[in-house]
Amino acid sequence: MSRTVHLAAAACLIALLQGCASVKPWVAPYERERLADPVMQWSRTALADRHREHVHLVREGARGATGVQGGGCGCN
Amino acid sequence: MLRRILNLLRRLARALPGAAMAGGAAGTASAATLPENKAEAIYHVYDGGGVKATGPALLVRKSLADRVSLSAQYYVDAVSNASIDVVTTASPFKETRTAWDLSADTLVRDSLLSVGVSRSSEPDYIAEAVNADVSHEVFGGMTTVSLGFTRARDLVGKKGEQGWIDQASHWQYRAGVTQILTPRWLVSLNAEAVADSGFLGSPYRAARVFGAAVPERNPRTRSSRAVKLRTLYDSGEWLRGSSVRAEFRRYWDNWDIAATTTEFGFAKYLGERFLLDATMRFYAQDKALFYSDNAQVETVYVSRNRQLSTFKSTSFGARLSYTWPNLPTGWDVKLVGAYERKSFRFSDFTDLRTGSAYSYDANVLQLMVLANF
Repeated sequence: MSRTVHLAAAACLIALLQGCASVKPWVAPYERERLADPVMQWSRTALADRHREHVHLVREGARGATGVQGGGCGCN
Repeated sequence: MLRRILNLLRRLARALPGAAMAGGAAGTASAATLPENKAEAIYHVYDGGGVKATGPALLVRKSLADRVSLSAQYYVDAVSNASIDVVTTASPFKETRTAWDLSADTLVRDSLLSVGVSRSSEPDYIAEAVNADVSHEVFGGMTTVSLGFTRARDLVGKKGEQGWIDQASHWQYRAGVTQILTPRWLVSLNAEAVADSGFLGSPYRAARVFGAAVPERNPRTRSSRAVKLRTLYDSGEWLRGSSVRAEFRRYWDNWDIAATTTEFGFAKYLGERFLLDATMRFYAQDKALFYSDNAQVETVYVSRNRQLSTFKSTSFGARLSYTWPNLPTGWDVKLVGAYERKSFRFSDFTDLRTGSAYSYDANVLQLMVLANF
């Protein structure tokens, strides 16, 4: 019974994700000129963001979900 | 219940062929790209609370035959430490941390795959990590979904005790989605789970129990979650050449620390060559379960690490970018200067020199040269 429910749930998930593919983009590529402007970038200076992230990481208890990709902290 | 699910499946199965065709059509409308070729050089300064950390950092990214983009980073932190922990329980010291990062990115259809390695070393601490990330564009490039994983391992030593060595392991799992809402509006949601095991403190730091200094004792495992929502809006219709940004992050872990981070940003062109950014950041956290300024009971774990205490931090910053004129086609060079003023106010960490709650201000300076080519 449990196996049937799991299979049905997996099938539902796959079917629903396929359904998402039918969503038509409501902002066409030619309408994205403003989004390509530097003022619309999350980050324009990778090293500066990395430094700022390190400043926070070694002084605050919170971490993660910053959007800054990276590896070990080296925080001692 | 099962009958309902089966009916739903039948309905969905009937809808699938049309949906798949529409999805295929949408997929061809977008095109993910490799990161731009670029070089960055920065000189960074952090000065506050008795700690001064300065150094250069370099980054070079170059694509090879438009198939793979390679990136290398070198980062130096020369630290002069006379923080309140150090001056009240030990002696000021100087040390240098260097870090290397290498990564490779490649495109597979609308997916950007990235793998990287990093190593950070200082006299008593070595951290090594590998990471793998993938981001994929869907809905005709309107939505970017990303997944990532980092596995890191640290070796911890203790100066003056040659046989003292311990280790720590870290697992980081992250996921994110960025959505184009309108031709002027982006929103992004990121989540990250981190699990640590091993030595998660400092071999030098002292806790206080009944007023006496004892070595801190931290749990050897930690598990945390963080979720961040951010949005970016092109405000050019109200103020030409400008954008506004807002970010909110909620963090919690099994050490009982809970924190919120709120950040606001504003960017505006000043003429053709200058771009000004202004930021405000507010951070607040609750203390860890085993944190104590001066413990009055004996517990298995005890720490007086102010990073685990109850405190608030406020930051105000500005960055000015200047685009170098009259360069050959394809080149874009910028000179950038950034300054941020930070203040930390602790609720339950006493300055043992004065007997009052500890607080300090810090200055963060960044001078950069950026080149896209």
